[in-house]
Amino acid sequence: MTDKKMAEALIFSKPESLTDVPTHYCPGCTHGVAHRLIAEVIDEMGVRENTVGIAPVGCSVFAYNYFNMDFAEAAHGRAPAMATGFKRVNPDMNVFTYQGDGDLASIGAAEILHAAGRGEMITVIFINNAIYGMTGGQMAPTTLPGQKTTSSPLGRDIETHGFPLKMCEILSQLDGSAYIVRRSLHDAANIRKAKKAVRQAFEVQRQGLGFSMVELLSNCPTNWRMTAKESLVWIGEHMVPVFPIGDFKVHPAIVESKKG
Amino acid sequence: MAKELLKGNVAFAEAAIRAGCEAYYGYPITPQTEALEHMAKRMPELGRVFLQAESEVAAINMVYGAACAGVRVMSSSSSPGVSLMMEGLSYIAGSEVPVVLVDIMRGGPGLGNIAPSQGDYNQIVKGGGHGDYRVITLAPATIQELIDLTVEAFDIAEKYRCIVVVLADGSIGQMMEPAELPPMQDVRKREDRPAWSLTGAKDRDPRVITSIYIDPFEEEVFNLKLVEKQKEIEANEVRFRSLHLEDAEIAVVAYGTAGRIAQSSVKQARDEGIKVGLLRPISLYPFPYDEIGKVADQVKRILVVEMSGGQMLDDVRLAVNGKVPVDFYGRMGGMVPLPDEVFEQIQELNEKANA
Repeated sequence: MTDKKMAEALIFSKPESLTDVPTHYCPGCTHGVAHRLIAEVIDEMGVRENTVGIAPVGCSVFAYNYFNMDFAEAAHGRAPAMATGFKRVNPDMNVFTYQGDGDLASIGAAEILHAAGRGEMITVIFINNAIYGMTGGQMAPTTLPGQKTTSSPLGRDIETHGFPLKMCEILSQLDGSAYIVRRSLHDAANIRKAKKAVRQAFEVQRQGLGFSMVELLSNCPTNWRMTAKESLVWIGEHMVPVFPIGDFKVHPAIVESKKG
Repeated sequence: MAKELLKGNVAFAEAAIRAGCEAYYGYPITPQTEALEHMAKRMPELGRVFLQAESEVAAINMVYGAACAGVRVMSSSSSPGVSLMMEGLSYIAGSEVPVVLVDIMRGGPGLGNIAPSQGDYNQIVKGGGHGDYRVITLAPATIQELIDLTVEAFDIAEKYRCIVVVLADGSIGQMMEPAELPPMQDVRKREDRPAWSLTGAKDRDPRVITSIYIDPFEEEVFNLKLVEKQKEIEANEVRFRSLHLEDAEIAVVAYGTAGRIAQSSVKQARDEGIKVGLLRPISLYPFPYDEIGKVADQVKRILVVEMSGGQMLDDVRLAVNGKVPVDFYGRMGGMVPLPDEVFEQIQELNEKANA
């Protein structure tokens, strides 16, 4: 091989499922990583042209600008209901929601619970960064005990505000759930595992096994008042002990196919 | 097709099916639950979608999702349930997707009761959700009208890419009358779904359905687009019925069940030699302002009858614009006025008009 040919070899590019639009996310935010993982998986599965995404209210409200596919924008917390309505009239399409912790675990708690309970054939990508990002760093349903936010300035007091909601643990109890796992985006090894989980979740939908959700532990350097690097360390040191990484529900058919 | 004895709630549900409604999402609430039950039985039979949602909040957002797919979709509910749908309705209005909703009104506020009421006029006609939007509101007075307006609602919703609400009170939902159902229409073929709908970005650019315009300039441009559409709706979609207005000296304005009752009272008054006429608005938005204005040019006094504390009354006063006095008679809380009560009001009105 000549030197020239080597120089032209393409070894890395944007997935087709992402647009060439610069994101509005803060420097160091893991939303970009999560977007990319989803886009890579959709490319690899060859389903971009048959996919509809439902964007939430929160930092990722403009997700549809960055994904190169059909999208609808839901009201705060209602993405699982909207995805349900869409999927029921398009059972052969690939439908996913992309939701933050305030959206999914607080205002949309009823919608996510019942979508899972019905075994809705949708995939949910749940971005848990333990804070409300877009509104400027308020306490979320997943804010850790003692964690300082603008609406828990002295730290989340469990006597007053109770405990963080653990959505994987909750949703895994429901018979309609087929694949419920938690992964993290705080280092390269975890990101690789997260991608595998995202792929598995979409495969579960394709196979019609039931409701699938991948929770991705994510950062918020801006509202956590940290550097990007510090925030990633913080996920590993503080979030993972409260929100353990793991598989909470794996449909027997998935285990069987892995064995086979 | 022959007439058959039909209960209102079943009639509008079946009419929607025959209009090609492909999906129904709802939540039980009296006095409209028979519609949900009819859908639960019929939609799966036809290979269409029925889903009982966990709440009206979820139901309207399921409707929103299906509407994005470009299929005919609807929900139905009653007053407190419709309150819960207001968030979704605002988003639907802001996304310009066609949706049909039937509101079978009951007594309120709060939990109120399950008896007939017209207390949702303001909630529906004046837009109970946030932001600048309007929903086309059609108010039937008979089961036949309920059927016809439900079918028409789907066409109008798609014509303007907007929400159409069929607004009826609990008595229309619950009573039975002979009526004729329309012929069956198939659901829209997949390839015939509209050019704005989300079908998967195959061999084309992606489509986005959203109600967010973060730049105020762009939001205003969108708001102005809705205003332009409203002007078109106001020019084309006004519907009303009139009775004995030709030589009337006094007029009654009433809609829905109140309009039907007033019709009996007007006939009774005519038999007594009172020169009274009736204008029954069928479209509450767009409201027949011009037509009522013309009536005001002709008569001495106007009586508004509602099963509310006086909600449409405000619109009648706007239409009359001070030309003649406007009186009001209302029953509330699920109470339905008797024809004799309205007749007495007409007699009093006649005395005042000729005093």
